[in-house]
Amino acid sequence: MLYQREALDSPQWWQGLDEMIEREREANPDSWQTALIPVLHYVQDCFGYVPAKAINHVAQALGVPASYVCGVASFYSYFSLEPRGAYTISVCQGTACFVRGSQSVLDEVCRQLDVKPGETTPDMLFTVSDSARCLGACGQAPVMMIDDDVHANVQPNEVQDILAGYIAEARREMQAREELIEIDARAQHE
Amino acid sequence: MTATEMLQQLTENAQPHLALQPERPQLLVGIATCANAAGAKKTWARLAETLDAAGLTDDVDLIQVGCVGRCSLEPLVEVRMPGEPPRMYTEVDERRAEIIVRQDIEAGQPIPTWLIDEGERLGEPARPVADVAPGEINVFTRDWRHVDFFARQLRIALRNVGRIDPESIDDYLAIGGYAALAKVLDEMSGDDVVTAITESKLRGRGGAGFPTGLKWKFTRAEEADTKYMICNADEGDPGAFMDRSTLEGDPHSVLEAMVIGGFAIGAGQGYIYVRAEYPLAIKRLRRAIDQARERDILGDSVLGTGFSFDIDLRLGAGAFVCGEETALIASIEGKRGMPRPRPPYPSVSGLWGKPTCINNVETLASIPAIILNGAEWFADIGTEGSTGTKVFALAGNVNNTGLIEVPMGVTLREIIFDLGGGVPEGRKFKAAQTGGPSGGCLSAAYLDTPIDYDSLREAGAIMGSGGLIVMDDTSCMVDIAKFFLTFTQDESCGRCTPCREGTKRMLEILERITTGKGEERDFERLQRLCDATTRASLCGLGQTAANPVLSTLRHFREEYEAHIVDHCCPAHVCKSLLHYEVDAERCVGCGLCKRVCPVHCIVGEPREAHTITREVCTACGACYEACKFDAIIRS
Ligand SMILES: Cc1cc2nc3c(=O)[nH]c(=O)nc-3n(C[C@H](O)[C@H](O)[C@H](O)COP(=O)(O)O)c2cc1C
Ligand code: FES
Repeated sequence: MLYQREALDSPQWWQGLDEMIEREREANPDSWQTALIPVLHYVQDCFGYVPAKAINHVAQALGVPASYVCGVASFYSYFSLEPRGAYTISVCQGTACFVRGSQSVLDEVCRQLDVKPGETTPDMLFTVSDSARCLGACGQAPVMMIDDDVHANVQPNEVQDILAGYIAEARREMQAREELIEIDARAQHE
Repeated sequence: MTATEMLQQLTENAQPHLALQPERPQLLVGIATCANAAGAKKTWARLAETLDAAGLTDDVDLIQVGCVGRCSLEPLVEVRMPGEPPRMYTEVDERRAEIIVRQDIEAGQPIPTWLIDEGERLGEPARPVADVAPGEINVFTRDWRHVDFFARQLRIALRNVGRIDPESIDDYLAIGGYAALAKVLDEMSGDDVVTAITESKLRGRGGAGFPTGLKWKFTRAEEADTKYMICNADEGDPGAFMDRSTLEGDPHSVLEAMVIGGFAIGAGQGYIYVRAEYPLAIKRLRRAIDQARERDILGDSVLGTGFSFDIDLRLGAGAFVCGEETALIASIEGKRGMPRPRPPYPSVSGLWGKPTCINNVETLASIPAIILNGAEWFADIGTEGSTGTKVFALAGNVNNTGLIEVPMGVTLREIIFDLGGGVPEGRKFKAAQTGGPSGGCLSAAYLDTPIDYDSLREAGAIMGSGGLIVMDDTSCMVDIAKFFLTFTQDESCGRCTPCREGTKRMLEILERITTGKGEERDFERLQRLCDATTRASLCGLGQTAANPVLSTLRHFREEYEAHIVDHCCPAHVCKSLLHYEVDAERCVGCGLCKRVCPVHCIVGEPREAHTITREVCTACGACYEACKFDAIIRS
């Protein structure tokens, strides 16, 4: 998924976040700290990572030190404090996948994209996860997940084609977006 | 109005997608994470299109169900024609989907070669494992008696998975859902429920095997204004997916059990802590909770009785240790998910310091069946010390991968060879791994061990959550031990020193051994570290982290010796101990190896013998796999 990065400076987005925090606080008036992880999930889903600005904002809204929020966010491998690529690739490193040769699939993904596990490609298209545990499709090992799509029985020689599909999709989406911007601009012009 | 009457009303008004005695053709498509990975969504779309093109959309019901558990034959499509026994089609890709509609549904000519029973039959008729369950529960063995994979199972926790539309509460109501809850509310006291669960001798399926009745009794006995009921759906063990499948296929069973649990212990609020890696399970749970609220099954007055209970979801965030109960509680409280020393146990001081009962998904899923069929019925299944059934996730190098539920006490051999169909490609069975990173590897000598909590512990493994991974002779047991240590070392939260440092040092030793730098003294060092980590760690993660090492040392010591003494890896896995050469006699110079080599270390002119540059070679084995003339020598 291509994230809407411009949202970071959109006042509406921050207002939405405040509303969400308020809702969570109202739902659990005595125990509002429980809102922290759901809020971080929301931020991560919006941007693909948890930006420093959001950490400060959430800390202030909940009345806890930013170091506390940062400590929680960094504990969980699902939250990333650095920008991630548009697509996150997780090659399952669970036991079932491991005994069926998922290491060579991961090696091939890294070779194709020229990155190491945990890194993001320079064009910000792909992040290769370094902490993909069992994805719960062990019966079809080895398994690779790209965002929410699960690819089953992946062999190293299929990796290239699978990646190509996503690259094409990203191109299409980018093009569509540029066209939209252009249409917008033209509309304003007229 | 009693709860039973209110439930009756709900059931009468229900419009289930799935009729038990269908009056028109039904097509059931398994839609779950595993099925989707195999392309079930495309199958679904093609079925819908073809039905539409054939003008059958209004005459045939296309229904999504959970996964019946036969993973390696997904996508599965079940055809139910009125008055005929059901048929299950396997590996239904788009092409097959179209043909099934045209030929089976439209023209009335089933295609036998694609049916599950044809390929499954092992020469003799299937022997059902048990005929204990009354009524509907045994429908799997009733309909699929001729298929070994199903006939040998007894499904209690998974009783509805694959049989109902998991996104429809009406389907659940139609097969008797929430009847156990109504019975509890109308006829039983909290003490009665606790007694029933105690007498069933149900033990927790989340790993430790603690008696569930006792846990409920302790939490019930606490005096407090607020108590909590938590469902542990963090399923972190790699290779285990029974909880995912249950939540995706039958979320209401878990909700029902949580309300029953809440009633028994005196809680008014429940939480389900579910892994963020399971998006479909999360979606279906959300939906199930909404539907239950709409029908007053959750909320201020459950089924009109005035008992108030509600359930919220909390998502995990990719930390294995959060499956541990005290860490899980910390995570719900919005903290770093670190375990704390017990006692006090959560039943005394849990979420926000209040008495809390934590149960695993599978434990909960069995509870409505126990309430309805009685404690004795459940206690009669399985063995003396481990009653009931257990779900296993059969994966790894085994023919029939999937989810199975069998009575406790069946042997590994029955599971792996009778249900699992043995090891593929004629390879030899080497080990079965149970219990995930806290468990152990059992060798062929243990194939006839009955599987229950106590026998497994004696053999050096544990039941764990039920992941069962089969390994053949291509797996190196030292490498497997290293794999698990890498996992636990990485997932150790770092709070206590024995676990943080112990796992790291053990991993270092294993790394040395697998690179041919092991020493004779490493046996003793490993043993000492194992003891220390096991005894001194704070939580179950560290206390069991040594099990993979201990069990492989015990059952596969000769493999360690081969690595340490002879510097060789008998399974040809440890790359540093392997090297590849070209057999100049056999090489015809086709150049295939040169093309597949990822590091370009193979040189040679066409039609002349090639050579491998040892300094550059990473021993990946690609050339070995590719060569058609067996001209690559591995040693
Ligand atoms: C490191 C660690 C991980 C655990 N992971 C899980 C898990 O993923 N799912 C689960 O149900 N229990 C897990 N447990 C066990 C829980 O602490 C707890 O015993 C269980 O949820 C209790 O439920 P039960 O009595 O129904 O089994 C884990 C324990 C440890 C020490
Ligand atoms: S081990 Fe890879 S999906 Fe479970």
